[in-house]
Amino acid sequence: MKLNLKIWRQKDAKSNGQMVDYPISGIEGDMSFLEMMDVLNEELITKGEDPVVFDHDCREGICGSCSLQINGEPHGPDRLITTCQLHMRKFNDGDTIVIEPFRAKAFPVIKDLMVDRSSFDRIQQAGGYISVNTSGNTVDANAIPIDKHDADEAMDSATCIGCGACVAACKNASAMLFTSAKVSQYALLPQGQVEATDRVLNMVRQMDLEGFGNCTNTGACEVECPKGISLENIARMNREYFSASLKG
Amino acid sequence: MLNKQLMSGLIKSSIARKVIMALSGLFLVFFLGQHFVINVTSVIAPDTFNSWSHFMGYNPIVQYILQPILIAGVIVHFVMGIVLELQNRGARGVKYAKYKGSANASWLSRNMIITGLVVLAFLGLHFYDFWIHEMTYKYIESNPEDPTRYYAETVHKFEPFWRTVIYVVSFVLLALHLLHGFASSFQSMGLNNKYTPAIKMFTKIYAIGIPLGFIFIALYHHFNQLTH
Repeated sequence: MKLNLKIWRQKDAKSNGQMVDYPISGIEGDMSFLEMMDVLNEELITKGEDPVVFDHDCREGICGSCSLQINGEPHGPDRLITTCQLHMRKFNDGDTIVIEPFRAKAFPVIKDLMVDRSSFDRIQQAGGYISVNTSGNTVDANAIPIDKHDADEAMDSATCIGCGACVAACKNASAMLFTSAKVSQYALLPQGQVEATDRVLNMVRQMDLEGFGNCTNTGACEVECPKGISLENIARMNREYFSASLKG
Repeated sequence: MLNKQLMSGLIKSSIARKVIMALSGLFLVFFLGQHFVINVTSVIAPDTFNSWSHFMGYNPIVQYILQPILIAGVIVHFVMGIVLELQNRGARGVKYAKYKGSANASWLSRNMIITGLVVLAFLGLHFYDFWIHEMTYKYIESNPEDPTRYYAETVHKFEPFWRTVIYVVSFVLLALHLLHGFASSFQSMGLNNKYTPAIKMFTKIYAIGIPLGFIFIALYHHFNQLTH
């Protein structure tokens, strides 16, 4: 199929960017979106032009590296998938596809479509961990009885791959869904209780410091999340936050 | 006990801001229901409307405690709403060339600032129509108490077509505001559980039913005067 790509090109973090048109042909429906980008880049390299920079790594929907705002939606028009899992069969011959980086003040553009998502790392570092002894006498996690429902919910929260689609989709560029998933995966387990108070306070403080917007419960994050992280996590984080504030 | 650092975080944090919006919103929703109950008597029992309105206008607890709390609630809700909107706009920086908000969120949830500002503008007219009139009547002109004047005054307000239209349109916008805001306030306060579907259903009925009731009252008084 033939497509008209409109891609955000930006030389570096300090330069101003612009949308540039790239007509492309010979795209098969079985190709992934990133394979289509590879075809474009091979053409650009052959012509001696600068290839389009974009994030990618595992290309099987696990790592959370790939991003891209495709036709106004993070990870494109399909649901519960990352950009690397999006297939070109979702588009029609002659379509125009607008490709932009995930936009947020806390996700500054590095080059073209690649953004700096280290703000997520700093939120995680602020409290998204548990302190356990790993020096040889570690207690087997299975030795601690955990309610099946809690274990399942914690696992659901832990499936967040930190891709940033929630921020990209939110009209407020809020990181509440990401932060709440990382808070929830520990809040639901006995191993997470020791640092529960500090965890939620520190992670929320870091989230606010990074300059993400406020949640207004539009639910866009939940719809666009490739892992289906639920809004229930945000409600849980809010409860945890107030409980932690009162305990302090 | 809350220490100073935590207290400061509680006020400044994004979660606290959400909860302040939710609590002030819920308070106003509760007030709206009480306001409706009084207003509906203007249709079914004018004498009751007069006596209840007189009570609300002269009871010292209502006048000097509840009324200031209500005004504070309105101010907190709209000031915080505007502050949040400005912060949220700033959080994106460079805008998307193409942003398909309708693909993942309702128009209502994405445009609370629009519906909210329309309701705020309506409140300006409403204050001018009733509150300023009342304050002038009681405290500036120092008129004597007249427990029978409220029905006639209220009905008279709905005589002009333009005012009736503004009231109707404003209550439609209020319904749209409540359709997202009422249920959303429970999520903000951390309540998302097995009762959520029931809460959403109740809030939908309330968000449509109460404004519809106010619209009925405005139209009833307008057309009732045309036919008499």
